[in-house]
Amino acid sequence: MDPQIIIARRVAKELRSGNLVNLGIGIPTLVANYVPSDLKVFFQSENGLIGTGPIPEQGMAHPTLTDAGGRPISALPGASTFDSAMSFGLIRGGHVDVTVLGGLQVDAHGHLANWMIPGKMVPGMGGAMDLVTGAKRVIVAMQHAAKGKSKIVVKCSLPLTSARPVNLVVTDMAVIGFPDGKATLLETAPGMSIGEVMALTEAELAIPDNVPEMKL
Amino acid sequence: MKAVSVEEAVAMIPAGASVMVGGFMGVGTPERLLDEVVRQRKTGLTLISNDAATPGKGVGKLFDQALVSKLTATHIGLNPKAQQQMLANQIAVDLVPQGTFVERIRAGGCGLGGVLTPTGVGTLVAEGKRQIEVDGKPFLLETALRAQFALVHAFLADYLGNLAYALTSRNFNPVMAMAADTVIVTAEHIVPVGVIAPDHVVTPAPLVDYLITNG
Repeated sequence: MDPQIIIARRVAKELRSGNLVNLGIGIPTLVANYVPSDLKVFFQSENGLIGTGPIPEQGMAHPTLTDAGGRPISALPGASTFDSAMSFGLIRGGHVDVTVLGGLQVDAHGHLANWMIPGKMVPGMGGAMDLVTGAKRVIVAMQHAAKGKSKIVVKCSLPLTSARPVNLVVTDMAVIGFPDGKATLLETAPGMSIGEVMALTEAELAIPDNVPEMKL
Repeated sequence: MKAVSVEEAVAMIPAGASVMVGGFMGVGTPERLLDEVVRQRKTGLTLISNDAATPGKGVGKLFDQALVSKLTATHIGLNPKAQQQMLANQIAVDLVPQGTFVERIRAGGCGLGGVLTPTGVGTLVAEGKRQIEVDGKPFLLETALRAQFALVHAFLADYLGNLAYALTSRNFNPVMAMAADTVIVTAEHIVPVGVIAPDHVVTPAPLVDYLITNG
């Protein structure tokens, strides 16, 4: 299975009926494709919409209905729109149940870096800092390693997105949580051994007695 | 409110002015006003805008012509020209978390000195800012943001200047319409008074100084 699809399918299992959910750009956006149709999840787009729907059919896009990347989307029945102050009031005010974000690094204590690489890439933080600070639950959806180098590190060398640790990291190799503030291996991806995950993880992982395989 | 042509409106903006521009990645941006800013070559602008859009679209047009000298924004990653101008020190860029950005503008429009936000505590964003504890929790003091001009795009404007917006093109427009000395508006449709029901007016007419006429 494609690594991005493993991640998206596993993250989708974290969502519950009635949740207000914000998905970041990249792998997190794919999560919406794997939410069962009987699950009533509200997706927020931080440019001012709750109730985002799929990409419209050819010729049905409208220039005033887009996602946070400026791409055409649709709105589901029951959708609502609002200005940016309201949108970030929802985010910072603790009304968003789950945010799923991409990551550059997550450290052994769950700190996330995902908004700049000094001297190389300085796009700006957009809404990421508010989402990590304010959402009830923060899930990072990212590849476990980039060019063979672990993205789960001892300490982030890149600037942090927030001082608040994330709740869960889902990669193509593992699910990692932070009970008691310490990176802990909760699940392994199908066909992946605990040893293989540890070998490609820079941070020390606590290994509980029972580490099940991800159910997708 | 006074109805004026786009040429007259932009002629009021001096070079070097501070300008807030509504829109999110070029969605809900007053394109006609920006085209005229480019045509009249207003240089040295201090731009306050969520993002730098993309080349050729929205505020991206201002970077195409190198009209911006200072930018306050939340994200410029999708405009390579803005990135290049920042890395070459041609523009001074202040990157602000998006929730902080909109609250600073809201504060500027509502007569507040600033806001206390938890966003950015313990990160680069906190550098040089006052940290204030409230009930044992740390917050950053983020100061109010205002501009000389706000360039706003609405879906509907009536003859008095009441405004309503469409879907995700609302974004920063109503907040910016509160936070500038002079508010200039373009609208998709200009309609008789009463077409926008009182409950559906988002920006009340007295906030609008100039409405750009059609044609």
